[in-house]
Amino acid sequence: MDFESIRKRLAGDGNLTGKAYWRSLEELADSKEFGDYMHREFPSQASEFSDPAGRRTFLKLMGASLALAGVGACTRQPVEKLVPYVRQPEELIPGRPLFYATAMPLGGYAYPLLAENHMGRPTKLEGNPEHPASLGGTDVFGQASVLNLYDPDRSRVIKGHGEIKTWSGFIAAMQGAMSAQRAVNGAGLRILTEPVSSPSIVAQITELTQSLPDAKWHQWDPVFGTVQGGATSFAPIYDFKAADVVVSLDEDFLGHGAGQVRYSKDFGSRRRIGTPNDEQNRLYVAEAIPTITGAKAEHRIAVRAQDIHAVAAAIAGAVGVSGSMAGAEAAAGAEEFVKAAAADLLAHRGRSLVVAGERQPAAVKELARAINDALGNSGTTVKYVAPVVASPADGVASITSLVSDMNAGKVDLLVIFDGNPVYTAPADLNFAEALGKVGLRVHVGMHFDDTAELSHWHVPAAHYLESWGDAKSFDGTVTLIQPLIAPIYDGKQTIEVLAAMNGNLGKTGSDLVKEFWAESLGTEAAWRKALHDGFIPNANAPAAPAAPAAPNEPANPAPAAPAAPAAPVDGYEVVFRPDPTVLDGRFGNNGWMQELPKPLSKLTWNSVAYIGVATAEKLGVQNEDVIEIASNGRRVRVPVWIMPGTATNTIGLHLGYGQTKLGRVANGVGMNVYPLRTSMAPWFVGGATVTKTGETYMLASTQTHFNMEGRNPVRVVTAEEYKHEPKESVEKLGPEVPPRDMTLYQNFEYTGNKWGMAIDLNACTGCGVCVVACVAENNIPVIGKEQIKKSREMHWIRVDTYFEGSLDAPSMVHQPVTCQQCENAPCEQVCPVGATVHSDEGLNDMVYNRCVGTRYCSNNCPYKVRRFNFLLYSDFATEEIKAQRNPDVTVRSRGVMEKCTYCVQRISHARIDAKTEGRDIRDGDIVTACQQACPSDAIMFGNLNDPDSKVSKLKEQERNYGLLEDLNTRPRTSYLAVVRNANPALDKA
Amino acid sequence: MGADSAMSQIFPKSANATARMSLAGVLTLVLFLGWVVFTLMRSSWATKQNEFVEQPIQFSHAHHVGGIGLDCRYCHTSVEKSSFAGIPPTKTCMNCHSQLWTNAQILEPVRASFRNDQPLNWTRVNDLPDFVYFNHQIHVKQGVGCATCHGPVDKMPLMYQAKPLLMEWCLDCHRAPEKYLRPRSEVFNMAYVAPDNQLELGTQLKAEYKIADPKHMTSCSVCHR
Repeated sequence: MDFESIRKRLAGDGNLTGKAYWRSLEELADSKEFGDYMHREFPSQASEFSDPAGRRTFLKLMGASLALAGVGACTRQPVEKLVPYVRQPEELIPGRPLFYATAMPLGGYAYPLLAENHMGRPTKLEGNPEHPASLGGTDVFGQASVLNLYDPDRSRVIKGHGEIKTWSGFIAAMQGAMSAQRAVNGAGLRILTEPVSSPSIVAQITELTQSLPDAKWHQWDPVFGTVQGGATSFAPIYDFKAADVVVSLDEDFLGHGAGQVRYSKDFGSRRRIGTPNDEQNRLYVAEAIPTITGAKAEHRIAVRAQDIHAVAAAIAGAVGVSGSMAGAEAAAGAEEFVKAAAADLLAHRGRSLVVAGERQPAAVKELARAINDALGNSGTTVKYVAPVVASPADGVASITSLVSDMNAGKVDLLVIFDGNPVYTAPADLNFAEALGKVGLRVHVGMHFDDTAELSHWHVPAAHYLESWGDAKSFDGTVTLIQPLIAPIYDGKQTIEVLAAMNGNLGKTGSDLVKEFWAESLGTEAAWRKALHDGFIPNANAPAAPAAPAAPNEPANPAPAAPAAPAAPVDGYEVVFRPDPTVLDGRFGNNGWMQELPKPLSKLTWNSVAYIGVATAEKLGVQNEDVIEIASNGRRVRVPVWIMPGTATNTIGLHLGYGQTKLGRVANGVGMNVYPLRTSMAPWFVGGATVTKTGETYMLASTQTHFNMEGRNPVRVVTAEEYKHEPKESVEKLGPEVPPRDMTLYQNFEYTGNKWGMAIDLNACTGCGVCVVACVAENNIPVIGKEQIKKSREMHWIRVDTYFEGSLDAPSMVHQPVTCQQCENAPCEQVCPVGATVHSDEGLNDMVYNRCVGTRYCSNNCPYKVRRFNFLLYSDFATEEIKAQRNPDVTVRSRGVMEKCTYCVQRISHARIDAKTEGRDIRDGDIVTACQQACPSDAIMFGNLNDPDSKVSKLKEQERNYGLLEDLNTRPRTSYLAVVRNANPALDKA
Repeated sequence: MGADSAMSQIFPKSANATARMSLAGVLTLVLFLGWVVFTLMRSSWATKQNEFVEQPIQFSHAHHVGGIGLDCRYCHTSVEKSSFAGIPPTKTCMNCHSQLWTNAQILEPVRASFRNDQPLNWTRVNDLPDFVYFNHQIHVKQGVGCATCHGPVDKMPLMYQAKPLLMEWCLDCHRAPEKYLRPRSEVFNMAYVAPDNQLELGTQLKAEYKIADPKHMTSCSVCHR
């Protein structure tokens, strides 16, 4: 790839005019190869017809399949069984789902959910609309975790010393080991958990450590609670609704973390403008690796992770934080950014906010707090509380001390709950070797993974949808977890194992949790209400033994004096980040997550080294080239992905790949970068060396698929332009739209409901949760890396990312694209068998049983949203997975075209219920899966014939435009243009 | 071959007739095969219409509905609330059969199911293809009688599928519901007989129940998703 010519083209040397939006460097380079690639819709297939032998084979195969299809159709339907209950549960209406409030625990935090249950099978998870941490939205992990429940590779049996054992056998072994520990006050007992906020589990562990005072409880999670440069004694809770100006110092608050959903809701509320005069917030981001938070920023600078501290110090100095910070110098190139951000912060005292990176040293967090305190933001846009997670250990320190105890031979009994420390622990600790020195090793986990393999005992853990429990959400609200199904693989809950260690035998998880809450909640009715709501409203935990301080009371521990920034280390900087889809690897065996394109890069099924364009030029590497990264004598080999906007000399690595023991999906996918990660520098380290190996490695990114041929798919206006000429500023960005009467057909009159959708690009963060929600709702199959590489991904909704501006610091815009449900649908005109036709409500219906697979419709679709089931993608063989499927949506077979239906099953349900009640469908009765999951409320669906519906109101906005509307397709989905509220002092345009 | 030698005829004259006949024959055969497939697909062999089905218990609707006079909804509880009419749990059978016919050999599978907490495995009689999403709730609400689709269930000692359940059969009503509609109060009445002025009554009910236009009722996505 010739970056020099790309730069020239961008600089206006070529034939690009105005603002140019591009999706990939390949597209920008406009090479012949890329042109050829894009020329064919399905690159591996489309050219086959030009090859005479291929044509003959094709006709032969078609003839045979036609004949076989004819014969196949002559069979009778297979016999189906009806299996009713013996005793039907109350409230259950066969054929109708029930919804229960529960929560997903992740990294110690609760992610509140509402689970859809079809006849005892949880099939889909939504956010709990009443819970303050969700307000109805979810993140990608919440959506995908239902598939983990049915994971066929979960461990199913208790294993002891290599043999299959019973639960009572395990209890007996534990009792033996525990009684030995009781004799020595638990001196040799260690418990290793992930971070825990659950009051009931904390109570069990406290009971244990109180009776055995020398026993120790350690916590380790490679993502949550892992800190570099010390932990702070406080945790921030932000209120983005109240913040006019936000400065993020390497914090991806829209893309990751326990508060992501609520933060996106609040942040989005300041972006979903109603009129051109509405004031938006303004976001400044300084970060090393582009994140979706950075993509949302008006002003973003790429600085090395090590330099964030200096940027923070410079901002602190500029806003006048007392102390030694005045005059501190930011990293080179950040001066302008710091000046503008500081001026903006000062102009918005009490209404601004500085957000410090979770993965930055304590000093940066303390600086951010000092700035917020100085600006009077503390108490308005942010409150500082005691951490929600119990005994907020510095995870790295915790596991380090555990390993040193293990190495010293002090540990006789180690019980590991969840997690896979053999795979995830810092490489320098050599956890696996230390584990060998422990007398009795017990692992409780969902998979028989690396850690289980090195343990004497392994107990299969229950999934949270099979468990009773409790946990706190990021804001401290106590959230209850109730099971949706009995353990499918005989999994045991953490609390049950802990109770057994405490000698409380025979108690189920439900008894233990209910008993714990009985006292503080009082009545059975209160307990039932809390279960129904999913949380305990006045979030204060009961006076449980040694429960942590109630987080809602600002503990306000005084911050330590902010330290001065350490001198950055030169050479290449390696930055570790949790993967946006597989996290630390725990979602590795989840096909949905492997296939979900990662935000911005749109890579699937892989981990890469993200590098900037300048770094790539220096190294002389292209996408898919493998580089070797060496740091402190450790090395890993990873393929390169050039990510415009990555800080120069920084290499971004995502955790969680290269697993070998997790399961059929995860094993052997991608490269493991944990070997490079040390306890001293779990998040970033300087001074690394990089060498080009000359090898290449195939990567599958969807970013180059379905090119829009430069037809202005996204529209971005500045707040200033939009205020002055709202309509014109947006309209002039696209070609003229043909008038409605310019048609040979008679215009169809939509008299009843007229469904439509509006997507606010200004609110969309590009997180991708709509994609997973759609996959879960619509039974979309997983197809694998090779098929993705062939551009055959099956997702009905995709999130396109467009870059604009320079190669080194581009701005980014996301655009979710589904079937636009065109009124003049080009696909319908070309279908020879009438398999795609229009409904009277304006839906572009896809009739699977009529489709013969010509793919003409897909060829003729200008939006490229039709998906063809080339092979038998749906898994009809794995019994476990079948239970997850939505019974209201057909599981499609091979040779059939499919696409977004606007969740027609939800439309049908709402329509039937409305008719049964003798009324019209109300606005808001129908919520599509993508809309429901969206944490930014960027998607709105409703009846366009109702002038008061929310979607009609959105479409009345001046910034509303149709995608490729100049083709006269009359899309029912429309987009609301991005309005950039840039700081005039920094705006170059 | 010499120019003067008479060229012997390879094909006799009758070959012309044979060729024509075989052309016609092939065409006829193709048409015949087409007709066979067409007829077969609509035959009761393919649709399973009027076919008795082996069940774990030879349950008689004739006895329970026609004889005793149980309402459909006593067992099919969710018919007004859900897409699925509901198959009764064993408990429903035992409501009566814990007192009646407690020793009858024919009821042993029911008692065994209740005793062992093992569900009965019924064979589906009215089985639509998996890409069809039929909904009982709305049909019952809009005045489609049980017997209209399920036939004279009160006279069926053993259950069978009374109608072909082909798409053209569905569309017959979706195109012109007035032909079959009855007052809501008569939906569960097995003895209901359509009046002579059915079309008039149907048209009136169609307006009263706000039944959608055939344009909507024949949209693919109304039944297929």
